Amino acid sequence: MTKLTIGEKDYNCEPDEVVLDALLRQDVDISYACRQGTCQTCLLRCTDKVPLTKSQSGLKDTLINQGYFLSCLCVPEQDMTIKLPEQSDFFSEGKVVVNEMLNRNTILLVVECQDILEYKAGQFVNLQREDGLTRSYSISNIPQQSKTLEFHIRRLPGGQFSEWVHDEIKVGDQLLVSEPQGHCFYLPDRKEQGILLVGTGSGLAPLAGIISDALSHGHTGTIHLFHGSSELEDLYRIDEMRQLSRDVVNFNYTPCISRGEAPEGFSSGRAHKVALDALPDLTGWRVFLCGHPEMIAEMKTQAFLKGASVADIYTDAFHVSVNE
Amino acid sequence: MSESLYDRIGGDAAVNAAVELFYRKVLADYRINRFFDNTDMEQQIAKQKAFFTMAFGGPNNYTGGDMRTVHAKMVKNGLDDSHFDAVMEHLGASLTELNVPAELIGEAAAIAESVRADVLGK
Ligand SMILES: Cc1cc2nc3c(=O)[nH]c(=O)nc-3n(C[C@H](O)[C@H](O)[C@H](O)COP(=O)(O)OP(=O)(O)OC[C@H]3O[C@@H](n4cnc5c(N)ncnc54)[C@H](O)[C@@H]3O)c2cc1C
Ligand code: HEM
Repeated sequence: MTKLTIGEKDYNCEPDEVVLDALLRQDVDISYACRQGTCQTCLLRCTDKVPLTKSQSGLKDTLINQGYFLSCLCVPEQDMTIKLPEQSDFFSEGKVVVNEMLNRNTILLVVECQDILEYKAGQFVNLQREDGLTRSYSISNIPQQSKTLEFHIRRLPGGQFSEWVHDEIKVGDQLLVSEPQGHCFYLPDRKEQGILLVGTGSGLAPLAGIISDALSHGHTGTIHLFHGSSELEDLYRIDEMRQLSRDVVNFNYTPCISRGEAPEGFSSGRAHKVALDALPDLTGWRVFLCGHPEMIAEMKTQAFLKGASVADIYTDAFHVSVNE
Repeated sequence: MSESLYDRIGGDAAVNAAVELFYRKVLADYRINRFFDNTDMEQQIAKQKAFFTMAFGGPNNYTGGDMRTVHAKMVKNGLDDSHFDAVMEHLGASLTELNVPAELIGEAAAIAESVRADVLGK
């Protein structure tokens, strides 16, 4: 058993217990969401030098340096001194300015956030409701003068946050917005590189942002977007994407439908399969995968086997938390 | 003291270059890829790095006992000499592709060979 020290108080941690569970068990109030090291909601800081490697994987160098770690992944090897994040340091205020449906189950939520830090389209923030309920959503627009952030939020039947956004939220309502996080975004180097983007459902949100970003930087390589859903009615922004593919020579768009026969102009099959058939050699490509965790796990391996380097594969799996 | 194989081969950079080539071969090899099923790619890459660092005699914290424990479940699922040979084959082919001199490849192979009994739980 190890000891966790926070300020003046000590807490215990069982041998196979992660820090998050140990602290929650002893009534320390810590925000968390995905519990698998993706959303970074449960980020804590350790002020003494102990090995944290596994619980720091995926964190920015600057955070690693300062001893930040993911408490949902950290099984302490020795006693730790921990600092809790001051909530106010991590969240800023946002106000809903637009909420309109993109299709039958996905809503466009635009939040004005004057204090938002520098971010890249495709990163995500954690949105927090007044009562503390917190979920991750990807940013779909590049930084705007108006300081507005766009989100595409899909309704999950019985989902606490998404149903609230769909059924109750109004223009003018307040939300808390975390610092931008994640590493699934465009960097303006190697502009001639091919870019493959595959998204399912609201996975289009980060991808649309990444595409805007790449185009705004004058990316010259082929850009190919495959957006998939089970039914036609669950796709969205089809006309806008088609228009973009007419306006921009190096941008290609393939909407995919996995259930039933696809009408003309759509491909039949799951988006990543359609993409793999269309692009048999991904050597040298940059690959972005967003949305369904299983699609991403499968496609990551396939893209790698087809030649893409692991360092060139960026993913955001929309893990749904099951513990709350 | 003479430089270690790890340093002579090119250290961390060589490991990074070898890992992807090697892992792609392993995943594409029907004889052994079932052992690598449903595992997270990034984690696997990290483990392959550990594999190479070890094969190059570089800094690592593994003992024969660890190799036994890590692979014990696979041995239960049928891991045997034929699979070990396949891994050795891909190790050699990857290093050859990276133009590592034959004698260094030989040294790396000998190190990997030295844990055969542990990996196979013999
Ligand atoms: C990095 C990241 C980025 C993301 N980006 C986006 C995005 O851009 N757009 C988007 O739409 N989503 C995104 N998500 C997903 C999002 O964060 C939420 O997980 C999602 O909106 C569901 O939250 P919820 O509160 O509505 O559902 P929850 O209340 O968390 O429930 C999730 C599901 O589980 C079911 N469920 C809940 N409790 C139980 C229980 N006890 N037993 C059985 N089933 C249960 C619910 O019915 C529901 O279907 C992202 C996730 C991550 C990690
Ligand atoms: C050639 C000698 C070998 C060496 C030196 C070696 C070394 C290693 C090392 C260092 C790890 C990482 C351990 C960890 O930190 O979890 C590992 C994991 C693994 N090895 Fe090997 N290995 C060898 C042979 C093999 C063979 C022949 C197979 C199967 C064909 C195999 C399959 C695996 C798998 C699947 C894992 C991952 C286990 C997990 O996911 O936890 N290895 N190996």
